[in-house]
Amino acid sequence: MYTQSFNVPDSPGGKPVPLAPSLEDPVLQAAFDARIDADGRIEPQDWMPEAYRKTLIRQISQHAHSEIVGMLPEGNWISRAPSLKRKAILIAKVQDEGGHGLYLYSAAETLGTSRDQMLEGLHSGRAKYSSIFNYPTLTWADVGVIGWLVDGAAIMNQIPLCRCSYGPYARAMVRVCKEESFHQRQGYEALLEMMTGTEEQKAMVQDAVNRWWWKCLAMFGPPDADSPNSAQGMRWGIKRVSNDELRQKFVDATVPQAKVLGVTLPDRDLKWNEERQHHDYGAIDWDEFWATVNGNGPCNKERLATRVKAHNEGQWVRDAALAHARKQQERKMKEAA
Amino acid sequence: MRAAIDYLLHLADNALVLGQRNAEWCGHGPILEEDIALSNVSLDLIGQARLLYQLVARLKGGNTSEDKLAYFRDAHQFRNYTLLELPHHGPLSGYAHSSMDYGTTIVRNFLYSALMALLWEALEKSADAELAAIAAKSLKEVRYHLRHSRDWLVRLGDGTDESHARAQAAVDHLFPYTAEFWADSPAEEAAIKAGVGVDLQTLKADWNAIVDAAFAEATLQRPTVAGYVPEGKLGRHSEHLGFLLAEMQSLARAHPNGNW
Amino acid sequence: MSTALKEWPLWEIFVRSKQGLEHKHCGSLHAADAAQALDMARDVYTRRQEGVSIWVVESKAITASNPDEKGELFDPAADKIYRHPTFYDIPDEVGHM
Repeated sequence: MYTQSFNVPDSPGGKPVPLAPSLEDPVLQAAFDARIDADGRIEPQDWMPEAYRKTLIRQISQHAHSEIVGMLPEGNWISRAPSLKRKAILIAKVQDEGGHGLYLYSAAETLGTSRDQMLEGLHSGRAKYSSIFNYPTLTWADVGVIGWLVDGAAIMNQIPLCRCSYGPYARAMVRVCKEESFHQRQGYEALLEMMTGTEEQKAMVQDAVNRWWWKCLAMFGPPDADSPNSAQGMRWGIKRVSNDELRQKFVDATVPQAKVLGVTLPDRDLKWNEERQHHDYGAIDWDEFWATVNGNGPCNKERLATRVKAHNEGQWVRDAALAHARKQQERKMKEAA
Repeated sequence: MRAAIDYLLHLADNALVLGQRNAEWCGHGPILEEDIALSNVSLDLIGQARLLYQLVARLKGGNTSEDKLAYFRDAHQFRNYTLLELPHHGPLSGYAHSSMDYGTTIVRNFLYSALMALLWEALEKSADAELAAIAAKSLKEVRYHLRHSRDWLVRLGDGTDESHARAQAAVDHLFPYTAEFWADSPAEEAAIKAGVGVDLQTLKADWNAIVDAAFAEATLQRPTVAGYVPEGKLGRHSEHLGFLLAEMQSLARAHPNGNW
Repeated sequence: MSTALKEWPLWEIFVRSKQGLEHKHCGSLHAADAAQALDMARDVYTRRQEGVSIWVVESKAITASNPDEKGELFDPAADKIYRHPTFYDIPDEVGHM
């Protein structure tokens, strides 16, 4: 899963600030710019402006953190999945998110950072991750709605990233997209099935849609007018489509799906605009979005503390594996001596 | 046929209960790579359980289904080994809480996989062709589970002082529960007589050899076992299964007529 | 309490997708040693039947060419067009050659 809200700075303080212009070697800079303009790829050993490297590390690690933290809201329902088939699907899906985090951490590591450094950023609260995961999953229908809407929004973002200018990131995204293709479908299908069930089940689906819809719209990040980082990201080819364009695309794609499913999207202003050939939609509550981004949403502290706990309690296991590997190495050397 | 059903339920419940337990690590593993590995183990086990429940449902007929069997039986109707329902930590009363311990997880997976690698292989020759087919599929899976858990057992036992102590504590806690593997049960006896099941006594020496070799490599001591023999496969469980099922079955039971 | 021993090393993973094809780089992961890297590669990179064989190489063991030398390394091959079969004209009546 991915959201464009990653275009927010890691350091606390809220709104993005424009990047300083590059003061580096003009010849190298010109060659880099030319390759970007020609829609070429930048590989790990190529020269790149420091700001490009830093922005990529930030964006890819935030993306990776989101995958890892994103395991928690859905993982919350694995033990209670209402059928064995759904249990297996959900485990496979949450596991995939872990895999995607792993691919992305690896891609970021080609830029000269380490997974430990990135995790340190997450665990200390400095690094951001997608805000959508700071909301609770209250019923089983949330699992379906996350697949349908959150993963649906994610796919809108991820497909353009397969063409991102940084090779390892683009390649990781190709793999992610391939695997992600079942995530949205399984969520939507789970909801379709529930809508053939009891009145309580139908109400559960509608309730979940009501709670997640606006969060999903906000997931695409602030309006283009308020996203100064976006322009630089577009210039660098690490962001291909603007927040508002993607949001519009998402709304237009979702409206007919909601109709087939038989649920109402909770927005009185949502209607087809013949002139624009798009749906109009209501105002997003950006204050609530920024409050959550900045750590004050309903589950921020729980999500972060859970990741920290898993990491800290896993330390002895990781140490043991390394200690054994070293001992084995020493034994081999002794035998050889 | 009754005998075959109870025997199949025993195999199915083993797989489901351990699959449910291992899935508790999803999102909480000691490192991302391992989180993914354990989820694979869980998926295999839940897959095995589903095939076995589906087989039982076919034998029973009527409106029985895999989910009816998994979600609408109570603790005393579950036939899994007690070992498999225990939480991922040392000995504690049913309503006590503790963090999950990876050593406990690994030791349990090892002790059970070592048994099932032998049992599934023997069950490939079951008189029940459908069970034999499930065994052939499960054998490949469990061989990997054994490889995975054995590898980790050695790493933990041989690793650091702390990991050695944790692994040994987990062995001391869990090993006595393996006494249940070798105890008689009417379901197993009937299944053996029908040629459907396998007499575990014939696998005991091989199991001991697998376990002793791994313990030696891991520098872990095998505890002596005496006294209480668990009776999970007879439907008499620990305090922990009730909690596991209460959680697992809650949603399905709240909506007994639901479509999922 | 144990103190951190350092991060697990990074490994590059190569997977052969089916018999007869070459191993192809598919990503990387962290593992304590080669044996563990193999198992983890199986769990991480072949969940959808992507492979029949895996190679693992510790990332630091790879030596890569310098992109600044791209010109002298690779450009000289550009004008050796006579290495390619299409360089040669053969009468049509000869058929496939």
